[in-house]
Amino acid sequence: MLRYILRRIMQFIPVFFGVTLLLFLITTILPGDPVALRAGEKKLPPAVYAEMRHAYGLDKPWYAQYVDYLGKLSKGDLGTSIASGRKVVDIFKETYPYTLRLALAAIVLEILVGIGAGLVSAIKQYTIWDTLVTLSTSILVALPVFWLGIVLQYIFGIQLNILPISGASSARFTAFAHLILPAITLASVSTAYAARIMRSQLLEVQSQDYVRTAYAKGLSPSRVLWGHEMKNALIPVVTFIGLDLGAMLSGAILTETIFNWPGVGFTIYRAIGARDFPVVFGGVTLVLLAVLFVNLLVDVSYAFLDPRIRYGAANEG
Amino acid sequence: MTRDKDIVIDRAEGHAVKDYRSGMPSTPPTQPEEQHAADENRTLWGDAWYRLRKNRLAIIALVWLVIVAIAAITADAWVPQTFGSPTYFDTAKVAAQRLQSPSLEHPMGTDDIGRDVFARVVYGSRISLTVGILAVVVSLVIGLILGSLSAFYGGFIDAFIMRVADIFLAFPYILFAILLLSVLPENLRGIAPVFLTIGILGWPSIARVFRSSVLSVKENDYVEAGRALGAGDIRLMLRHILPNAVAPIVVYGTMSVGGAILTEAALSFLGLGLPPGSPSWGGMIQDGRNYLTSNPGVVIWPGLAILSTVLAFTLLGDGIRDALDVKLKD
Repeated sequence: MLRYILRRIMQFIPVFFGVTLLLFLITTILPGDPVALRAGEKKLPPAVYAEMRHAYGLDKPWYAQYVDYLGKLSKGDLGTSIASGRKVVDIFKETYPYTLRLALAAIVLEILVGIGAGLVSAIKQYTIWDTLVTLSTSILVALPVFWLGIVLQYIFGIQLNILPISGASSARFTAFAHLILPAITLASVSTAYAARIMRSQLLEVQSQDYVRTAYAKGLSPSRVLWGHEMKNALIPVVTFIGLDLGAMLSGAILTETIFNWPGVGFTIYRAIGARDFPVVFGGVTLVLLAVLFVNLLVDVSYAFLDPRIRYGAANEG
Repeated sequence: MTRDKDIVIDRAEGHAVKDYRSGMPSTPPTQPEEQHAADENRTLWGDAWYRLRKNRLAIIALVWLVIVAIAAITADAWVPQTFGSPTYFDTAKVAAQRLQSPSLEHPMGTDDIGRDVFARVVYGSRISLTVGILAVVVSLVIGLILGSLSAFYGGFIDAFIMRVADIFLAFPYILFAILLLSVLPENLRGIAPVFLTIGILGWPSIARVFRSSVLSVKENDYVEAGRALGAGDIRLMLRHILPNAVAPIVVYGTMSVGGAILTEAALSFLGLGLPPGSPSWGGMIQDGRNYLTSNPGVVIWPGLAILSTVLAFTLLGDGIRDALDVKLKD
């Protein structure tokens, strides 16, 4: 088991370097000058301009900047924002809890509604419930997320005027109210996928020999469902939800932008617009580490739940 | 000569010839209606078309896509004449023409500067279909080449290509697209960079699907036989492996068009897709956001257009999957 985990970690190292390097290559050709942008309308004196570029290391070639960045990263330093002068680590310390809060709310919805709908759909196969679930998941998957967010804002925020449509709040009750619409928007597509996977897995498991054996030895249908079928059918669903949590931690740019949610995605998106490289790099590095960490967690738990993965992976090379 | 004779004999046997020629596992003739169909001696694709025709949802989807495509192609001939230009507006008349409710003249109302929403939705289908299809073509070209290299040669090449695919998949997709597109100078914006970006980001999934399907085809006896008869790598790949590994790609490609349309809409919504003012569905939703209370149609209709088109590609993909009997992971 330990060897498996180590092997997975080793595989992430080239991915990490690959992505950060790629990011560097893209941003070095980005047009726009962050120092000039910060100065705004005023023209900076050439000496001050050169000094500022030097202070942020922008006068060095890109590979030197990349080495600098890796060196700082190893000490836990992500640099300083060019636009605001604040430490990048501090900026994300502030925004990550919001992203985390939104992601967890969406995951809870995904588990409750997704697994629930998939379960109902599989148990009541070929009934109106099954058709309803299948149809609504198809529609949800084809729905543009940002459109759903705007329509929800319109209905619940403007027409009915019962829910806040912008920003986040820290007071206990209003925090929850602010969370509802963004969480539904963010969870919509994944909930549909979770329901589909749950349904197809359960249907597949139902025709397995061990399920027939369980019935044959006289277990009640609910015992078979919860004790035998669900146990196995849930594995791929758990994997999917885990990977999805990883994806959500990378900040939901669309959802966060629509609802002005002060999370990671929104921050990175604004930083790209301002050509604030340190914030972009720092944000993407954190996002990448979070995604890789969650993926690793999913892989390991999967290998833990299903021994075939462990042994199979060892042979595959 | 003898070979021709074999085929004639096979034809006489009716059903068996289909399985023999397509290399698909034999399916026993179950229903009497299929028995009749089998006598007609169709190819794998003919068979698939026959099964697809019986899938009502897939046919509705196909009909819808054909309608959208015809509207997109013929738009110049009837839309501007009847409903007005999708892009032009008369500054002097904006105040009188803006944000009208639906009427006979403007079936979906007008937007904030007086342009007809219906005309813009129709012209939007041009952008969406072009970007969606071309993006998938780009992904297919890159994905098929890299996927087949990976599966065919294995070893170091395989490991390298798959690690690069990992790199692309690990990076948050939309963030990557935003970064790539914001590199672009303002005057170069248009359809090409958008579909190229979406296409480039889409290759890893295609490469993976194709790699696994080549790997499973590669083990077949007829490939071994081809090799034994002295066929080279390229000939083996093009004549024996590719035709038999292509079904999953057709299914995946159809579904991917919908995904590419969604991505284009999201990018245009964020202001990074098509230039401002162009009738892109995503851009229309962004432009109309602030005018929802005056004419909700400016946001609702483009959204429904995206939804129905993407849904149609998904349902059609589902139908083709069932018709070709392809197993894809969900």
